[in-house]
Amino acid sequence: MGNNKFMHYAFELAWILPSVAVPVAILVAITLTAFAVGIRVPDVAGRVDPKALSRTPPFDQPGVKELAPGRYEVAMIAQVFAFTPGEIRVKAGSEVTFEMTSRDVIHGVKISNSPVNVMVVPGQISRVTAKFDKPGEYLILCHEYCGSGHHVMAGRLIVE
Amino acid sequence: MATIAAGRYAREREESDVFLTENRITGANLIVAFVALAIGGLFGVFQALEYNQINLYTSIKPVLPGQYYQGLSLHGVLNVLVFTTYFIIGWLTFVGTRAFDRPLASRNLGWATFGVMTVGLVLAAIPLLMNNATVLFTFYPPMKADAIYYIGLTLVVVGSWLLEVNLVLTYRQWKAANPGARTPLPAFMALVTMTMWTLCTVGIAAEMLVLIIPWSLGLVGGTDPVLARTLFWFTGHPIVYFWLLPAYISWYTMVPRQGGGKLFSDPMARVSFILFLILSIPIGMHHQYTDPGVSQIWKLVHAVFTVGVFFPSLLTFFNVVASLENAGRARGGKGFLVWIFSLPWGNPAFATQVLAMILFAFGGAGGLINASYNLNLVVHNTSWISGHFHLTVGTAVTLSFMGITYWLVPLLAKRELFSRWMALAQAWTWFVGMAIFSHFMHYLGLLGMPRRTQIGAAPYLNAEWRMWLPFVAVGAVIMFVSAILYYANMVLTITAGKRMAEEPEVEWAQAVSGPNDGPAWLDRFTPWLVIAVVLIVINYAPTLVQLISTTTLNIPGVRSW
Ligand code: HEM
Ligand SMILES: [Cu+2]
Ligand SMILES: [Cu+2]
Repeated sequence: MGNNKFMHYAFELAWILPSVAVPVAILVAITLTAFAVGIRVPDVAGRVDPKALSRTPPFDQPGVKELAPGRYEVAMIAQVFAFTPGEIRVKAGSEVTFEMTSRDVIHGVKISNSPVNVMVVPGQISRVTAKFDKPGEYLILCHEYCGSGHHVMAGRLIVE
Repeated sequence: MATIAAGRYAREREESDVFLTENRITGANLIVAFVALAIGGLFGVFQALEYNQINLYTSIKPVLPGQYYQGLSLHGVLNVLVFTTYFIIGWLTFVGTRAFDRPLASRNLGWATFGVMTVGLVLAAIPLLMNNATVLFTFYPPMKADAIYYIGLTLVVVGSWLLEVNLVLTYRQWKAANPGARTPLPAFMALVTMTMWTLCTVGIAAEMLVLIIPWSLGLVGGTDPVLARTLFWFTGHPIVYFWLLPAYISWYTMVPRQGGGKLFSDPMARVSFILFLILSIPIGMHHQYTDPGVSQIWKLVHAVFTVGVFFPSLLTFFNVVASLENAGRARGGKGFLVWIFSLPWGNPAFATQVLAMILFAFGGAGGLINASYNLNLVVHNTSWISGHFHLTVGTAVTLSFMGITYWLVPLLAKRELFSRWMALAQAWTWFVGMAIFSHFMHYLGLLGMPRRTQIGAAPYLNAEWRMWLPFVAVGAVIMFVSAILYYANMVLTITAGKRMAEEPEVEWAQAVSGPNDGPAWLDRFTPWLVIAVVLIVINYAPTLVQLISTTTLNIPGVRSW
């Protein structure tokens, strides 16, 4: 029995050690990509009154603004069941910062083949930045259920 | 060799008489659970067909005015709120009382649990069926449903708390009668599960009582969607452990015996449950990686703790697999892996649950990707996520619960299972159908297909998605066949199964390393509960304070369906 017990503990230990090591390795990988490579998730970007969007910059003028060559800012409003602007044009290789909010319920924005994936919530500003290198048409779609027309809510981003 | 449960079950008195009321309570809960799953599951098939532009909703327009999204609301609410909660309340009532080998401290409270939940269920069902609560099972404000939808769901949760009270009282009585004895493992696990649930539902209770219900009644003019989401996910992540732990109870304390072996380690099982109690809750913000209004730092902290839960999950994996190996070898199995073939694959309860475990291993691996902070950006709100949780709650939990009913329903009904072959066919068809369904849902998610979306009617449905969508429907239809086999077998068991003279014994597994091989502090509750609360405060207080101190509570409700 004594020897048996020992084997039992050795067996347990042989599993416990990797059970600790594997999560630790994953953690290191996540933290490295978050900080070293700079892939970030959205942060706190401030509140906004959805009833006062027409008076609140930048949402008083939704659209695409070229801040400098290769740098754009897009002010975008989501509401059932469309995005304003519905079409965005930028030059290839540029960095685009999106400032988004919703006029009514929660929407989501996912831009195909890009890291842009964010919730768009009334009362909150969602700010995300992404670089678009490859020319082509990217699909912008609403990926949070927002009502009976949710599946038609989409836009386009054209990289020229 | 230690016995798992301190009580002795072979006794002179008639067990079925002692537990008659408990049996009835469990049976009542199981009936509601499986009726809910039948209706909820049906809409799953509708959804998969709609993806392929076969729209069955138009044919039932008079009863389902809200069409796809009303169906999806029913699918979510009935499957993961009603089916799971009712099954678990019934199951833990059974496990707790049988493992303590004594009746509920209060049988009236046992019926009150069922009563309060059912009043809530009926209240919530009315607006759901009338298309006045087509807000999906997550009911994110400012979409606004009828107030009675929220009140009903709240009552379901409040009702479930009564079982925690009852189990704690039963535990006290047992302790007084058995001074110095170790809590039987199944009862320990039932207590940990219900305690974790009671603690974590504080989030949804606050969301409902403070934010949503007053607002839906028109008492306050506005709400705060991100604050509501934060409170929702405070409960919404641990709820998955509320679903899983009851399946683990079966995997740890019964499946080894059903397989002909012993549980590998009782102390390690306790350690993993304690860790689930401590770590399940302070990680809920991993559902909010893409939310505005929540700081990156706290998202990262929750990501770190989320990976921490992988530890008790791996412990469980090891312990359960080692127990199965023990069973395989006890039955003469040899080799490194060949013992698998010696397991009793012809036993429906056993085979069903082992198949559930196998798919769960894939679900666990995918879950790591979801949890991984920045990788989450690839998959968040895509059909990858639906593919993922159909492996976890849709299979590890649902298929295990079905497996449990293959012995529990005969025990409660005192009738033999109608058909072993139907049961085995059911388990394998679910396994195969789900593997196909889930694989292609994951893949379509990587191709950018969103979830919670009526894909068949979406203008952006493209040729690439179209190529793989038929496989989703194939998987769904195979699961539909599986469901028919299940329900037919159950109805036939209750109505036409061969009568049993006596209630069969509950078959608890013994442990190779028993409860007394572990230290006594493993059998405590309070210290772990204190640690859990401290971690929750650390991980949630800063975000909640930031949200509450800046809230304007000015977002009006909208009915957009
Ligand atoms: C016949 C079996 C099933 C099929 C074919 C099926 C199919 C589906 C499909 C296609 C979706 C995605 C809908 C969308 O995102 O628009 C979905 C969502 C979902 N399913 Fe299932 N399902 C089945 C069984 C289950 C079971 C057994 C459970 C849990 C117990 C479950 C829980 C869920 C949940 C929680 C959602 C998400 C609802 C939401 O996003 O609000 N399903 N199901
Ligand atoms: Cu939308
Ligand atoms: Cu989670």
